[in-house]
Amino acid sequence: MNLAEGVQLVSTGILGVLMLGAALGVVLLSNIVYSAFLLAMVFVSISGLYILLNAGFVAAAQVLVYVGAVNILILFGIMLVNKREDFQPISNAWIGKAATGAVCVGLFTLLSSMVMATSWQLSTEAPAGEAAIEIIGLHFFSDFLLPFELVSVLLLMTLVGAIILARREYIPDYEPADEQKVLTLRERPRELVAAGSDSQDS
Amino acid sequence: MQLEYFLILAAALFCVGIYGLVTSRNVIRVLMSIELMLNAVNLNLMAFSNYLDPAEIKGQVFAVFVITIAAAEAAVGLAIVLSIYRNRDTVDMEQFNLLKW
Repeated sequence: MNLAEGVQLVSTGILGVLMLGAALGVVLLSNIVYSAFLLAMVFVSISGLYILLNAGFVAAAQVLVYVGAVNILILFGIMLVNKREDFQPISNAWIGKAATGAVCVGLFTLLSSMVMATSWQLSTEAPAGEAAIEIIGLHFFSDFLLPFELVSVLLLMTLVGAIILARREYIPDYEPADEQKVLTLRERPRELVAAGSDSQDS
Repeated sequence: MQLEYFLILAAALFCVGIYGLVTSRNVIRVLMSIELMLNAVNLNLMAFSNYLDPAEIKGQVFAVFVITIAAAEAAVGLAIVLSIYRNRDTVDMEQFNLLKW
């Protein structure tokens, strides 16, 4: 084993431990804000693993989309529904947790034994490396053209759907006067609450 | 040997995601667990693309598609969570019983 392989192995180990520890923190910590920040750590570790797998473009996309967009969106969601409530305890909740843990451990054992038992036919071709971005672009505009266009339509549908779902619905009691006939999406007027009252009384 | 390490890491991440998906009671945490599972799948795709198909990296193309769809899923999921929160005034999964019976 030369130096490069050693560095690769050690950094794989470090990134894997970071990723798994942060993922366990996401699932197990009780404060959800900590979970959101640990989720960002999971995403960054995974992007490091992508760089180890010779995929710089997807690593950059991972950081941009996941850390920059999805994680910020989740943080905003936490802020918008920030109701500090103590969930009512369910009787015998530990049975469900123990059963789920057993199922997960069993699934992991099954998957890892399958992975170790299979003899993978490793390719001996040289990896694409720096040319990966051009190859991905060629794939997008030749044999993956239809999914590429479908994804763009899907993103547009998501944009419209998220706006429609998240706006406050407004059902007027009376027919509005004629000056309201302009094409606007009307929203229910927001109830004015005193600042900071949410976090104290709930 | 490297491929197996990545596959086992992805399997472990997927199992952690399933555990969080089933046991957590906060809706936002459920969304986070779904993101963890999607990332585990992506890690699998990237490992296969690097070790089994390094010249025509179709796995990376699939990973880009999965990232896009995960972003769309997070946006719609959070919108649904917000609208449920406005109607039910809670984020507890056990009290969302609109479609239960």
